[in-house]
Amino acid sequence: MHEMSITRSMLDIVRREMEANDIHALRKLKVRIGELTAVEPDTLKFCFDVAIKGTPFEGAELEIEEVPLGGKCRDCGGEFRITAFDNRCPKCGSTDIERVSGDELDIISMEGD
Amino acid sequence: MHEILIEEKILARNDEIAAENRLALSSRGIYSVNLVSSPGAGKTSLIESMAQHLKDLAVSFAVVEGDLEGDFDAKRVESRGVPALQITTGRACHLDAHQVAHSLPWVFGQNGLELLIIENVGNMVCPAEYDLGEDTMITIMSTAEGDNKPLKYPAIFSASELLVINKIDLAPYTDFDIKKARENALKVNPYLKIFETSCRTGYGVKEFATYLAGLAKA
Repeated sequence: MHEMSITRSMLDIVRREMEANDIHALRKLKVRIGELTAVEPDTLKFCFDVAIKGTPFEGAELEIEEVPLGGKCRDCGGEFRITAFDNRCPKCGSTDIERVSGDELDIISMEGD
Repeated sequence: MHEILIEEKILARNDEIAAENRLALSSRGIYSVNLVSSPGAGKTSLIESMAQHLKDLAVSFAVVEGDLEGDFDAKRVESRGVPALQITTGRACHLDAHQVAHSLPWVFGQNGLELLIIENVGNMVCPAEYDLGEDTMITIMSTAEGDNKPLKYPAIFSASELLVINKIDLAPYTDFDIKKARENALKVNPYLKIFETSCRTGYGVKEFATYLAGLAKA
């Protein structure tokens, strides 16, 4: 499962940070998931809960910040949400746009003690 | 209890290894491609069909195959006289940079190699997230699939440079609209270079192989 292998990678980073910061119990993990990654937040939460069972991370909460697919117009500078792959600026109609958000797959922060 | 800011890509480790792979391959003059598609769209068939053309063009190439189970694909490729290494992923639905890194000693053992084709596990979702260290990602879609495929799987089409529309010979028997498929693909990624092929009739295969050869020899 896609979300399961991402969960494993997340926990590798968390383990490293817990050691580096002398934290023994994880309470919360905040992640940022972009629309383009096709990572399903509910599935990720499910995989996270399954993966942390019986581990020192058990009971930790996963908070997901979802980032929509965003574009910026190179002509008028307008920023907008890209929907249904309509690659036109809604302000000026230009097709010279760049994608500025939507493929994030980041760990933002963690809380523990 | 305090909050520790991490701000790190979840797949940072994969990206690091991918960067190492990229450097290791390019420093040896090996051009690499990551071939992705839905299961059954024709990745292995395309490699088999291209084999003779690439040989005629004097391109020395090898294949790394990714599948969950079995070595069917590696055997098919080897039977065309092409060196192939099979990676079985078990349950992982995609190859990752770590697995490709493990295959590199074998790859570098193929003397004078100019082109490495990495055939990924049949999957249009995950390969878009996992950089393997390749130079170019190539997506194959077939006329036995929907012509709205690019709109349904935007990430993989966005990450690719080349698109091969395969099984062109089947198009008259399905509802696949080639023009619409091309429009949809370019809607998602205006920079895609599109080829049409049929591995059964050979249509378009020489053109595609020639293009790949050009990339490998450049």
